[in-house]
Amino acid sequence: MVEKTPILDTLTYIFLLIGIVVVGFPIIYSIIAATLPIEEVSQVPMPLIPGDQFWVNIQAAWEKGNLGTNLVNSFIMAAGITFGKIVVSMLGAFSIVYFDYRFRIVAFVTVFCTLMLPVEVRILPTYEMAANLFGPLQPVWDLLHLDGLASWFAGHEIEVALEWSLLDSYPGLILPLVASATCTFLFRQFFLTIPEELCEAAKMDGASPMVFFRKILLPLSKTNIAALIVIEFVYGWNQYLWPLLITTNPKMLTAVIGLQNLIPAADDLPYWNEALAGTLIVMLPPVLVVLFMQRWFVKGLVDPEK
Amino acid sequence: MQSFMRSDPFGQRNTFIWLDNFIALFTDPLYLKSIGTTLVFSTCVAAVSISIGLFIATMANRALKAKALIRTMLIWPYAVAPAISGILWLFLLHPSYGVVAIAIKRWLGIDWNPVLDGNDALFMVVMASAWKEISYNFVFFIAGMQAIPGSLIEAAAMDGASPFRRFWKITLPLLSPTLFFLTVMNIIYSFFETFGVIHMMTQGGPGGATNILVYKVYQDGFIGLDLGSSAAQSIVLMSLIIVITVFQFKYVERKVQYAG
Repeated sequence: MVEKTPILDTLTYIFLLIGIVVVGFPIIYSIIAATLPIEEVSQVPMPLIPGDQFWVNIQAAWEKGNLGTNLVNSFIMAAGITFGKIVVSMLGAFSIVYFDYRFRIVAFVTVFCTLMLPVEVRILPTYEMAANLFGPLQPVWDLLHLDGLASWFAGHEIEVALEWSLLDSYPGLILPLVASATCTFLFRQFFLTIPEELCEAAKMDGASPMVFFRKILLPLSKTNIAALIVIEFVYGWNQYLWPLLITTNPKMLTAVIGLQNLIPAADDLPYWNEALAGTLIVMLPPVLVVLFMQRWFVKGLVDPEK
Repeated sequence: MQSFMRSDPFGQRNTFIWLDNFIALFTDPLYLKSIGTTLVFSTCVAAVSISIGLFIATMANRALKAKALIRTMLIWPYAVAPAISGILWLFLLHPSYGVVAIAIKRWLGIDWNPVLDGNDALFMVVMASAWKEISYNFVFFIAGMQAIPGSLIEAAAMDGASPFRRFWKITLPLLSPTLFFLTVMNIIYSFFETFGVIHMMTQGGPGGATNILVYKVYQDGFIGLDLGSSAAQSIVLMSLIIVITVFQFKYVERKVQYAG
């Protein structure tokens, strides 16, 4: 600091401590609650000394909330979204930056306009699309009287309804969330900073575009990819609305949705201890990812906006 | 397309009714109320989380020791899902078990009951949503503050400006781009991503007091099965976010020019 301000410095630390406690309070409190037996949790006010029922509650929550399956689902979804997003947006940015084709700007703007819309806004059309992937093709099919053609071909009357539903499946959970304008934009910005000489040198050496992509762009984008992995993993894990809509089969629920079954309803016995134990399990993976990859995370979060 | 049609609940017939869905929407008192709720909600969330985030970041920037530890302790809530933040606060503010609820009742003498009282419920969802965003804002403010050249602050200190004055006259104006960006981001967040919070905590109740626009799209479309109206609401939201995006990009471009 510039000058000596002992009082202010002390105040700073005190306020920081208060800030940390306020931010951390909900979590500390629920950790304590998760260690108590039910009689103590429902006491008013709840004791603030941790009990010894932690593992019992964790186990109860695990079984009740079917967390084993749900966590696997969440993991597959989050990993799928992360991987898909990075691949799609890298290739997209690659095409936009390095290939000079007609309508390139149009493509870029379209990508932008459509993808800035979060899934929350386009739930209805996306849902219809996922419910029947061939839905948009059905009118074309009808229009061309392919039915007639098919029946003539098969020799008897058949009605063809094109249907391929993604509801209750991993692709259904993942695909609608894969498209990402933010990632595409980030990679585009990054590719633009790579000197053009590099591309030309690669061309001179006879590298095909894909070799250039694999051998030069990929290694250069390592840090960006790491940062995005953190952010997108957290994003994927925490998705709520879309999995809620698309999954009806309890085996396909994601962990965050599954938690809802643990929250005590008004008339139940207040098993808050178990609910909170389950909550802790579910929030652990993304928190760990953020904490251990903090450096990448901060970089990924702040950099794209610069 | 769907927004111009009226579907019967079983999806058998679609009738083309032009803009009737939109007209119905904007004359519907419930929808207008929902717009109002959303505005109040997002303003509160943005204001609370930005001011706390800024405050903590200022403090953390002043701290000399244990910087990394402090940062770590403040960053992790970002990773908490909105829905999970909803559960945590639901417990803390539970009218019969929650410790914060008890404190409110005892010390402030307010008859706290978010299950019945709309304002209490709104307060509850604002708390849960804002809490999660504090760390997001914190990360940006810290990054913004570290980008401010130390020489500027030192020069001001030489001229005898007190730390508070330096904050108001130097740090805050230099942070204004960050502040603006965060305001936009927080509003987008509270418009869309808080769906999980609302769904976990209040489901739009009591009496529509926390029924924000995104939740209404879901409710009308997937529970009420009024697909036309829900689609029309989606269109309204879409145009809204496009406006916000365009606005933001205009601004970003200007900032780039300014920097160059």
